[in-house]
Amino acid sequence: MGVHQVKLTINGKTVVEGVESRTLLSDFIRDGCGLTGTHVGCEHGVCGSCTVIVDGAAVRSCLMFAVQADGLEIETVEGLSQNGELGPLQKNFKECHGLQCGFCTPGILMSATDYLSKHPEPTTRELKEMLSGHLCRCTGYDGILKAIQKTVEENKETIS
Amino acid sequence: MKNVIGSSVTRVEDARLLTGQGTYIDDIGVPPNTAHAAIVRSTYPHAIIKSIDVSEALLVPGVKGVITGREIEAYLNPFSVGVSAPVNYYPIAIDKVRYVGEPVAVIVAKDRYVAEDAAELVRVKYEPLQPIVDIEKTMDQDAPLLHENVGSNIANHRSFHYGDVDRAFNEADLIVKHKFHFPKYSATPVETYGIIAQYENSSDRYTIHANFHGPFIIQSVMAGALKIPSNRLRIIIPKDIGGSYGIKAGTFPYMVLLAVASRIAGCPVKWIEDRQEHLSASSSGTDRVTYIEAAVNEDGKVLGLKMKMMDNVGAYIRAPEPACLYRTHANTTGAYDIPNLKIDGYVVMTNKLPTGLIRGYGGQELYFPLERIMQMIAFKLHLDPVDVIQKNLIKTRQFPYQTASGGIYDSGDYERALQLALDTGRYKEFRKKQEEARGKGRIFGVGLACIVEPSGSNMGYITIALTPDERAASLPKSGCTEAATVSMDPMGFVNVRISTAPTGQGHETVTAQIVADVLQIPKEQINVVAELDTSTSPWSIASGSYSSRFASLGSSAVYLAAQKVKKKLLQIGAHHLQVPEEDLYFENAAILSKSDSSIRWPLKRAAGSAHWNPLSLPEGMEPGIYETYYYTAKIAEPPDQNDLINSSITYGFVADMVTVEIDPETGQVEILDYITIHDAGKLLNPLIVDGQIYGGLVHGLGGALYEELAYDEKGQFLTGTFMDYLCPTAPEIPNITIRHIETPSPVTPLGAKGLGEGNTMSAPVAIANAVSDALKPFGVTIDSLPLSPNKIWKLLSEQKAANTLKR
Repeated sequence: MGVHQVKLTINGKTVVEGVESRTLLSDFIRDGCGLTGTHVGCEHGVCGSCTVIVDGAAVRSCLMFAVQADGLEIETVEGLSQNGELGPLQKNFKECHGLQCGFCTPGILMSATDYLSKHPEPTTRELKEMLSGHLCRCTGYDGILKAIQKTVEENKETIS
Repeated sequence: MKNVIGSSVTRVEDARLLTGQGTYIDDIGVPPNTAHAAIVRSTYPHAIIKSIDVSEALLVPGVKGVITGREIEAYLNPFSVGVSAPVNYYPIAIDKVRYVGEPVAVIVAKDRYVAEDAAELVRVKYEPLQPIVDIEKTMDQDAPLLHENVGSNIANHRSFHYGDVDRAFNEADLIVKHKFHFPKYSATPVETYGIIAQYENSSDRYTIHANFHGPFIIQSVMAGALKIPSNRLRIIIPKDIGGSYGIKAGTFPYMVLLAVASRIAGCPVKWIEDRQEHLSASSSGTDRVTYIEAAVNEDGKVLGLKMKMMDNVGAYIRAPEPACLYRTHANTTGAYDIPNLKIDGYVVMTNKLPTGLIRGYGGQELYFPLERIMQMIAFKLHLDPVDVIQKNLIKTRQFPYQTASGGIYDSGDYERALQLALDTGRYKEFRKKQEEARGKGRIFGVGLACIVEPSGSNMGYITIALTPDERAASLPKSGCTEAATVSMDPMGFVNVRISTAPTGQGHETVTAQIVADVLQIPKEQINVVAELDTSTSPWSIASGSYSSRFASLGSSAVYLAAQKVKKKLLQIGAHHLQVPEEDLYFENAAILSKSDSSIRWPLKRAAGSAHWNPLSLPEGMEPGIYETYYYTAKIAEPPDQNDLINSSITYGFVADMVTVEIDPETGQVEILDYITIHDAGKLLNPLIVDGQIYGGLVHGLGGALYEELAYDEKGQFLTGTFMDYLCPTAPEIPNITIRHIETPSPVTPLGAKGLGEGNTMSAPVAIANAVSDALKPFGVTIDSLPLSPNKIWKLLSEQKAANTLKR
């Protein structure tokens, strides 16, 4: 199996690595870069738990090869907090009990981060549609929705 | 310090899980020489394995071995199981495959990619046999046999008579009966099974890391299968498990499979299950056919019940089955005062995935026919379903209430809870709205369900699968033991070790709350270790997370272990301060005197003295602060001669009211409002409680409307991806209103009962009742699930066609 050199940025750090052409981006992030916060739940793009942000767009990293990420900028859940301090969205997940087992959570945090950056005032219906790309079997989505809505409200206050 | 038990504190688990620092099985790292496994699986539901050619697979660079059932068999006994039928269940097919997805060979290779390459090259020749998937047909004399040595496909059969059933049926004004079919569905945690197994030949010992969460009685089953003394099977559970809802109790056959693969390959072996494997070959709930008959008086009073239940455990009966059939044995009559009961229980095998624990376990299968028949009784008698339920509900003054089959319901106020559901959901108002809507051609319906939620299983209940004589031949089983250790280190800080193997329920948080209250120290200072290690943790056969047992049992063990520490600290304090123990109390991490306000001794000093200066301790006291408590409830007795069994420790109550609208064009069911009232005794953390309820309810919603592990009539598996197996997503979630009442349990030290499974039990039937109510004018009744649009549309069309013919 041929090995290709890729150079990409993950959470602001440059990574240069050799990867097989068939290596999934999700496996590369976890095994190649040691960032195990990105989780793999179905490997066919339905559960959403492996979602990362690639060049400013939420992407299922199990549906992308690592070689396709050559030259791109990737953000994972590990990049959301600074020095162990939770960011506002993460804080609200905690306060609203938006997670239980936590396995689907990193993917949802990444999708929500991307979505809110582009849609600062979403309706509940729009948020539910955004969440429909993620499976969570613990929470019934209630706490997740509340956490994101709370973040939206806080963001509005900050702006106004 | 304010009480923290009962308050909605946020979780200590969250910080790590929100930052990508959780440590799930796939994150914990492996020894350097670890190989990775891929599993070759049967594509046939029922076939003889003629040959397995592994030669090509072995040539793939990086492959370390290909292991078949024949090689593995030498290292194994069949798994033991709690029925007398001689079903030989191994974790891999030996000579015959019995379901699609059954393991046939294990590839061990340098990485998973290579292992899967090689798996493609294994050539298995099969001789197909006639498959059987129908629950009733598999019981026929001439049905294809799954296990020739068993002689039939029935793995277990028992009949139970309680009260005077014949008399009830003779005296009743009418008998209402119906057949119901509950489907096979799953729980699909987003994290699949994961295992790292290592065999050490110098000491003939296995160490297995797995996201298994008990019941740890299965550790004995695994050790037996591996033919080793049980203390040479060390099982270590990672700190974090990515959900389970019961399904990961079914990890154990794969733990044994990987253990032997490690032994044969000569290196540690890791396997992370993929999604298709999980859906086709992990574990699932049972599908059940129930024939239910109710003997009823004209006023709606139910005098007696007969239930013939047939549970399909799939291709092999395996532990803890046939527990699905018996977990709810004590509460077979649900929330109703029905003294006469006949149960005819069959456990059958078919060419489907073997079953096991799943959230609600047995409850949804039981309450689907029971709550449906209550509504049918009302319809038949032209009564309001509310009246029939109220007529039969157990009254508050009857607690503790002994059920026909031996249950002891500890506490409750069922009538009040139901009334709260009706008031919250504005039942009468909805009935008017429904009437008006019907005039406009819109289809509205309202469904009710009143269910008893059992929690904290009595380990004795599973032996009810055996006759009293068979039981007498082996040691009786009882209890519901859980253990915890609370210790204080030399600097006076607290560590707590629990064995409840949480899978997202926040046990670390609630444990810290309890210990904080008992020792009067800030909960943030308490370190809770939830990783279970069978070589070092305090545990017993009942340990683990299932049957919602943390609130009733796990919390009790923690509470009582903390009380032991408190007692010791008080003794140390009394000795040091030279005041009577009774005069001392704890506040703000210090020991204080009730009679002398000048006395204040920090707890850390008291604890520290037990480490740094043990000679200062009272005469005869052990040094150190390290207290373990093994808790069991006295009421968890073995079944008696008359097959009476209190199968659970605590019994909560759930009253649901759900309203629906059905689109006549598409058959789509839309839930308008879901009201659920819970009584789970004293609530330990309401924030976590409501999270559990939402999750359980949405799982029940999935069972009602979307989820099914479907097979065709030839046994081929049809739902191997998340595109085929439909889980509820955010847009499908209706308005949900949760309300609580609290009648503390007299059985547990904190008054708490388990919860989180109640709506998984109640939602399928509550929704089915709402749909039946909506479709009553069309003559459509619901007796199977899930209620997909095509199912509803078909039922409506058939009924319309029949009505047209009648005209």
